[in-house]
Amino acid sequence: MNAPTVSAPTRTEILSVEDLAVEFRTRSGIVRALERVSFRIRQGETLGIVGESGSGKSVTAFTVMGLLDRAGKVTTGQALFTTEAGKQVDLLTTPEKELRLLRGKELSMIFQNPRTALNPIRRVGKQIEDVLRCHSGLKGQALQERAIASLAQVRIPDPATRYAAYPYELSGGMCQRVMIALALACSPKLLIADEPTTGLDVTTQATVMNLIKDLAVQQNMAAVLITHDLALASEYCDRIIVMHAGHVVESASTHTLFTAPRHPYTARLIASTPEPHKTFADLLPIPGNLPDLRSATLPPCRFSGRCDRHTPECDQPPLPNTTVAPGHQVACWHPLE
Amino acid sequence: MNETLRHARYVMGENLVTFGAFIFFFAMVLFAIFGEAIAPYNPLASNSALALQPPSFAHWFGTDELGRDVLSRVIVATRLDLGIAVVAVALSFVLGSILGTCAAYFGGWCDRIISRLIDTLMAFPLFVLAMGLVAALGNTIENIIYATAIINLPLYTRVVRSEVLVQRQAGYVEAAHLVGNGHLRIMGNHIFPNVLPVTMVHISLNMGWAILNAAGLSFIGLGVRPPTAEWGIMVAEGATYIVSGEWWLALFPGTVLMLAVFCFNLLGDGLRDLIDPRMRT
Amino acid sequence: MAKTSKGTIIAQRLLSSLPTVIGVVIVTFLLTRALPGDPAAFFAGPAATPEAIAEIRQTLGLDRSLPEQFFIYLGELARGDLGNSLTTGQTVVYDLTTRLPASLELTLAGLAFAIALALPLGILAALRAGSWIDHGVRILATAGVSLPTFFTGLFLLYVLYFRLGIAPPPTGRLDILYSAPNQVTGFYLIDSLLEGDLELFWASLTQLVLPAITLGLFALAPLARVTRAAMLGVLSSDFIRTARASGLPPLQVLFGYAFRNALLPVVTTFGVVFSFLLGANILVEKVFAWPGIGSYAVGAVVASDYAPVQGFVLAMALLYVVLNLLIDMLYVVIDPRAGVET
Ligand SMILES: Nc1ncnc2c1ncn2[C@@H]1O[C@H](COP(=O)(O)OP(=O)(O)OP(=O)(O)O)[C@@H](O)[C@H]1O
Ligand SMILES: [Mg+2]
Repeated sequence: MNAPTVSAPTRTEILSVEDLAVEFRTRSGIVRALERVSFRIRQGETLGIVGESGSGKSVTAFTVMGLLDRAGKVTTGQALFTTEAGKQVDLLTTPEKELRLLRGKELSMIFQNPRTALNPIRRVGKQIEDVLRCHSGLKGQALQERAIASLAQVRIPDPATRYAAYPYELSGGMCQRVMIALALACSPKLLIADEPTTGLDVTTQATVMNLIKDLAVQQNMAAVLITHDLALASEYCDRIIVMHAGHVVESASTHTLFTAPRHPYTARLIASTPEPHKTFADLLPIPGNLPDLRSATLPPCRFSGRCDRHTPECDQPPLPNTTVAPGHQVACWHPLE
Repeated sequence: MNETLRHARYVMGENLVTFGAFIFFFAMVLFAIFGEAIAPYNPLASNSALALQPPSFAHWFGTDELGRDVLSRVIVATRLDLGIAVVAVALSFVLGSILGTCAAYFGGWCDRIISRLIDTLMAFPLFVLAMGLVAALGNTIENIIYATAIINLPLYTRVVRSEVLVQRQAGYVEAAHLVGNGHLRIMGNHIFPNVLPVTMVHISLNMGWAILNAAGLSFIGLGVRPPTAEWGIMVAEGATYIVSGEWWLALFPGTVLMLAVFCFNLLGDGLRDLIDPRMRT
Repeated sequence: MAKTSKGTIIAQRLLSSLPTVIGVVIVTFLLTRALPGDPAAFFAGPAATPEAIAEIRQTLGLDRSLPEQFFIYLGELARGDLGNSLTTGQTVVYDLTTRLPASLELTLAGLAFAIALALPLGILAALRAGSWIDHGVRILATAGVSLPTFFTGLFLLYVLYFRLGIAPPPTGRLDILYSAPNQVTGFYLIDSLLEGDLELFWASLTQLVLPAITLGLFALAPLARVTRAAMLGVLSSDFIRTARASGLPPLQVLFGYAFRNALLPVVTTFGVVFSFLLGANILVEKVFAWPGIGSYAVGAVVASDYAPVQGFVLAMALLYVVLNLLIDMLYVVIDPRAGVET
C-alpha cells in the first residue's frame, strides 16, 4: 500500500476517502459493491468518477452522503471531511443527527432525473425555502428573497414567477436548474453531481454543466462529477478516477488519463468512446461483463476475467496500487506502458 | 413448474397464517358436505327442557331458546352460507367475465354501454343496493344470491376488462386472428386462460365478502327465515339474549362467520402472493 | 402545457356525475316497477284491501306504459315526493330528512375513528416494512375487513356494557334521561356544544363511541392497506432522497414530503371506504338502535313497507354520489397536477 504522501497542499483538502468498502445484504447473497475505494478532492477542484453501469459510482456517492439504504453496510474505511469550521470529521462514523446538519449545508448532492427528484406537489420555491430554513434559520420575507436569489443564481429567467411553479410546469432542464439551486442554496463546500445531465437533451446538457462548473469556480467549491460519459468528464474535470466493479482501477489528472492511460480497462474505455475524429471501426467494445459481485470467489483483480494481459500472477492477492507518476495510481500488475 | 412449486412452498412456509387458513378452509368444506352427519344433534329438534343451557360437555356451544343444540346448527349452517357465497360468486364471475371480455374485445359502443352499466351499479353503496334488490325481488334465498351476484358484478367486469385490454395488445391475439380463428375462439382459447389467474385472487377475496353480505342481509331479516340455520340469522336471534347474559347464542355463530370470512381473505392474500408478488399491497 | 383552472375542473366533475345520477334514478325506478307480481300490492302493504291496491295502482300510474310511468316518477321526484311510509304515517322525505343527521354523524364519526387508527398504522407498517409490525398490521387489517359489523357491535356491547358496565346501554343517540339539543346542524355533538351544554355533549359522545368504533373497524382495513402501499412507494421515490440529501429533519421528510404525497392515493380510496361505511351503517344502526335512516329502512323492510325502502336506496345512492364528488374535489384541491393533460 502506498502511504498517502503529504505533498504540501496549495488548497485545502475537502474530502479524503480511504480504503472504503461497502456491502449489501440481499436475499440472494452479499453484494460486495465497493472495495478499497480511495480518492481525495481539494477545494475548487472537480473530480470525475467514471465507469460502466454497476461499477459502484452511485454507491460511493451515497455512502459519502450517508444515504445508503438499510441493506448497505460500510465494512471498512473512512471519509474525512473538512467542515466550514475547519474541523475534520469522518462522515462514515458521524452520527446521523450531526450528519444531517452537514447535508444540504456543507455537502450537497444532485441527481439524475430532475423531474422525479423534486417533490411533485410542492412549489419549487417552497422546496428551496425548506432547505434554507433548516440550515440558515432565515424566516419570512428574507427567506423568500433568498430562495428567489438562489433561483436567479442558476440563471432561471423570471425567478420570482418560477418561485411559485410546480415541477410539472417546468421543463427537464429547468427542473435540473432548480435542483442545482436547491443543492447550492446554502453554499456547500462539496457538491456531488450523480449523472446530472442524463435524460436531458444535448444543448441543455451543456448549459447545465457550464452552470455547475461556473458556480463551482465562483464559490471555490469542490465538485464530484459522476458520469459514464468520458467526453463530458474530460471537458469539465481536473482529475478523474476510473471505477470497475467496485474497485478504483486508475486515478490521474484528466490530461494524463486521456493521453497516457495505464490501466487496460481505462484504455479500453477510452477506445470505446465515440469522438468526432474516430471512425466506427475505431470503437472497441469491452469484452465480457462485470463479474457477479455476489460471488464468494471474486478474483483480487475484478477485471482479470475481461483482460487480455491477464497472467497467473494477477490471481495472487493483494492487488497492487502502484503510483506510476506523481498523482497517478494504477491498480494493475501489468500496467500499459 | 418446479419453480412454481418452490414458490408455493415458500409462500406457505413463510406464512403460517395462510397455512392455518388452508386447514380451516378444508374443515369448512367437510362441514358443508357432511354437515348433518357430523353434527351431534338434529339442528331443528327443539326441547324446551333444555332451553338456554350454557355451553357444557354435552352441548359445547350451549342450546338456544328452543333447546336446540347451537353447535349442530352452526355446523349445518355451513352448507347454506358457503352455498350462497359460492353460487353468487360463480354467477358474477361468469357474467362479469363475459361482460368484461366483450367490453374490452369489441370496444366502441359495446364497451361504452357495459361501462356505463357498471358505473351505475358502482354508484350505489353495495350493501344498500343488495338490500334494495332483495326487498324488491322478494324475500327468498335465491334473491339473496342474485343480489350478491349483482353487487359483485362490477368487480369482475372491471378486472377482466382491464386484463383483456392488456392481453389484446399482446401479439398472439393478432397472430391467432391472422391464422383464421373466430372471435369466440380467440376469446375462449387465447385470452381468457391468460386472464384467469388474476381473477382467481379476486374470487377468493370476494368469497369472504359474499358470505358477509349474505349474513348481513339475513341479520336484518332478508332472505333466510327461521327456523333455518344460518350464521347471520343465528346472530340476529341471539342478539336479543345477549343483554340478558346468554352470550353463547350469538357468540359462536358470529365467531365462526368471522373466521370463515377471515379464512377466505387470508387465502386470497396468500394466493395473491403466489400468483403475483408485485400485486401485494 | 394546457392547464384548466380549478373552477373549470370542478364544474366538469359536477357535469360528469350527471349521467350517474340519471342511472341511479333509472335503477331505483326499475327496482319498483320490474317487481315480480304486483308492485301496487307491495306499496299498499300486506294488510291492504283490493280497493286500496287499485287506488295505488291508479296513483302510481301502473296502468300506463313503462316510459310514461318513468316520467311520472321523475315528476314526483322533482316535487320531492317519495311516497308515504305506512309504518310512521309520514312522508318518506320527511322521515329521511329528520333521520339523516343521525346517520351522517355516526358515519363520519366511524370514518374519523378509522382514519385516526389506519393512517398511523399504515405509516408504521411502511416504515418497518417486513417487520413484525408490518405483518401485525396486515393481519389486523385483514381481520378488520372480515368482521361482520353486526357481530362486532354485539360483542362490544356484551363486553363493555353488559359485563364491564363501561359503555352506556344501546338506546340510540341519547340516554332517555336527556332530551335532544335544539337542532342546528342535527349533529348532537355539535349542537350540544353550540348550546354550551357539556353534560349533553358528553352524554351523546358516550352513546356514539361504541357504534362509531364498530363501524370504523370495518373501514380500517382498506385505509391502512392503501396508506402502507402508498407510503412504501413514496418513501422509495427520488424526491424523498433529495429531501434527505438536503438535510431536512426526519419528521419533515416523513410528514411534509412523504405523507402528503401518499395522501393522494389514500383520498382516492375514500370512495370505496364510504361504500363500506354506508352499507355497514345499516347493520350498526340496527344493533345499537340508532335512529338513523338505516334502521328506518330495516324497520320498513321487516314491515314490507316498500316506499321507505325505495326512498332509502335512492337517498343513499345520491348521498354516495355527492360524497364521491366531494372526494374528487378534495383531490383537485390537494393535487396541483389535477386537470393537466399529460
Ligand atoms: N440497494 C442495493 N441492494 C443491493 N445491491 C445494490 C444496491 N444498490 C446498489 N447495489 C449494487 O451495487 C453495485 C453498484 O451500483 P451503483 O448504483 O453504484 O452503480 P453505478 O456505477 O452508479 O451505475 P449506473 O451508471 O447505472 O448508475 C451494483 O452491482 C448494484 O447491483
Ligand atoms: Mg448510478
